[in-house]
Amino acid sequence: MFLFAAAAAPLLPDWVVSLVTIAFANGLVVLGLVVLWRAGLVSFGQALYYCIGAYAVALTARWTGFTDAFALVVIGGVAAGLVAVLIGFLLARYREIFFAMLSLALSMILYGVLVKTESLGSTDGFSVATPTFFGYAPHREALGLALYWLTLGVDAIGAVLIGVYFRSVAGALAAPIRDNEIRVEFLGVSVTSIIHTKVVVAGILGGLGGALAALAIGHVDPNMAYWTTSGGFVFVTILAGAGSVAAAFVGSLVFEGVRSFAFDVMPQLWQMTLGSVLLLTILFLPDGLGSVVARLKRRGEAKS
Amino acid sequence: MSDILAVRDLEKTFGSLVAARDITVSVPAEQAVGVIGANGAGKTTFINMITGHLTPTKGSIWFEDKEITGKPSREITRLGISRSFQVAQIFPSLTVFENMCIAAAIARRSGSVWGNIATPVHSPDAITEADATIELFQIGRYSETPANALPQGVRKLLDIGMAVVGWPRLLLLDEPTSGISIEEKFDLMNVVMSALKTRKITVLFVEHDMEIVARFADRVLAFYDGTVIADGTPTETLDNPKVQELISGVRLKTAAGSAGHA
Repeated sequence: MFLFAAAAAPLLPDWVVSLVTIAFANGLVVLGLVVLWRAGLVSFGQALYYCIGAYAVALTARWTGFTDAFALVVIGGVAAGLVAVLIGFLLARYREIFFAMLSLALSMILYGVLVKTESLGSTDGFSVATPTFFGYAPHREALGLALYWLTLGVDAIGAVLIGVYFRSVAGALAAPIRDNEIRVEFLGVSVTSIIHTKVVVAGILGGLGGALAALAIGHVDPNMAYWTTSGGFVFVTILAGAGSVAAAFVGSLVFEGVRSFAFDVMPQLWQMTLGSVLLLTILFLPDGLGSVVARLKRRGEAKS
Repeated sequence: MSDILAVRDLEKTFGSLVAARDITVSVPAEQAVGVIGANGAGKTTFINMITGHLTPTKGSIWFEDKEITGKPSREITRLGISRSFQVAQIFPSLTVFENMCIAAAIARRSGSVWGNIATPVHSPDAITEADATIELFQIGRYSETPANALPQGVRKLLDIGMAVVGWPRLLLLDEPTSGISIEEKFDLMNVVMSALKTRKITVLFVEHDMEIVARFADRVLAFYDGTVIADGTPTETLDNPKVQELISGVRLKTAAGSAGHA
């Protein structure tokens, strides 16, 4: 999928390239939510890591003048990951609505702090320096393409690693934790530590997504931590379903596509269109868009 | 010392309530020990202290000549003590094979955070071990059945199988036959006890059915009021007048009493 998308890039109009870049950057955040979702946890504050990743990139570039895109993305992921390690000590003890609300509260704290920080542009945020790629400094269309490929590359690596993670004990202990925490404990595993790991994995993915989005948009502002941003990610997660890694990216793409289409066709009613899409998904595809792929695959296997 | 488990002067109090006191027991390897007693006699408290779920107020617990008193339950599990539950604790949304495989994978990993991430669930070893244990417990035909669709007896076998898949040396079974019809009890215990014999696992099992105890235990501990009042072969313990008076009598009363509670 990523290879196909990468090869198709030069043929696509600019607006498609930038839309797909944002969609695939956000897909990483959604993938993080899928990691939590499988264990029955919903984070309504994933924008926290998204925003930290974005601001880490923007501030590093602003304070040090360092603009290498690869390193900046890594910095974004690491910064969000470190915050997730700290927050995880608290969050890993909570479940269900308490987990959701606590993560929401933490993201709103960051929002509040950023809004009050005038040196960082308060509600307006500030611009991100134009990134370079190992010394190569593209402009305009070339920059868009470079960021597009960078996003695809990070996504591909992320997707492969998360695939491996899902097949490990730590990753596979998701449905079991949702089902029966007592049994997991008595098999000799700390449920808290497994959930802590999931919070960190999701945090790193959120930070990488935010870092890529900051570079692609060229601007960061506190809205990246606002609860509606988190809500959007949860929305896409429901749309995509937790069935597969690819679903997170497909879901994100569909979401961005529908949003810009709806915004274009009926600027007053775009939210209603999105809502209808979500409603239809829940009614007819309760396991998300990913379940369509799984169903086709099963049918293919049955035939062969 | 050839005893796999040694318990000395164990005591557990909850405030002014004495749940267990003066328990001193040694269990040689590969023995099958039945534990009897009325509800509230301290059987489950005893088991919970050995598995690390409760910390004793006094006394010490030794497993394979190492003191394990007060260690966290996860660490005790890793040392080789496993348990099953009165109500089968399984993962209802997974199949029997997936239940067993994840238990096998967990048993084979190192205990660190990194160990969890670096150990694959479906390693060839874990799959072999899961399949072997499923066969050992004779639930092979349910292998691909989701656990929430299993008959009660199979759920119990799966629960015990998941405790055995990691090759523990000591297994504690809390009422393995509870919730099982009388006709099925003996079949279930036959499967369980022969599986444990095959793997040379020492077992302590809590049981209310005296026929089961007499048939499957090498030795019986009778609990009353938080302590052991009789310890010997099944015949010795079950013929003990104190046991007959206190436990048989209380048993009848408890049966009526618990019906009243429910």
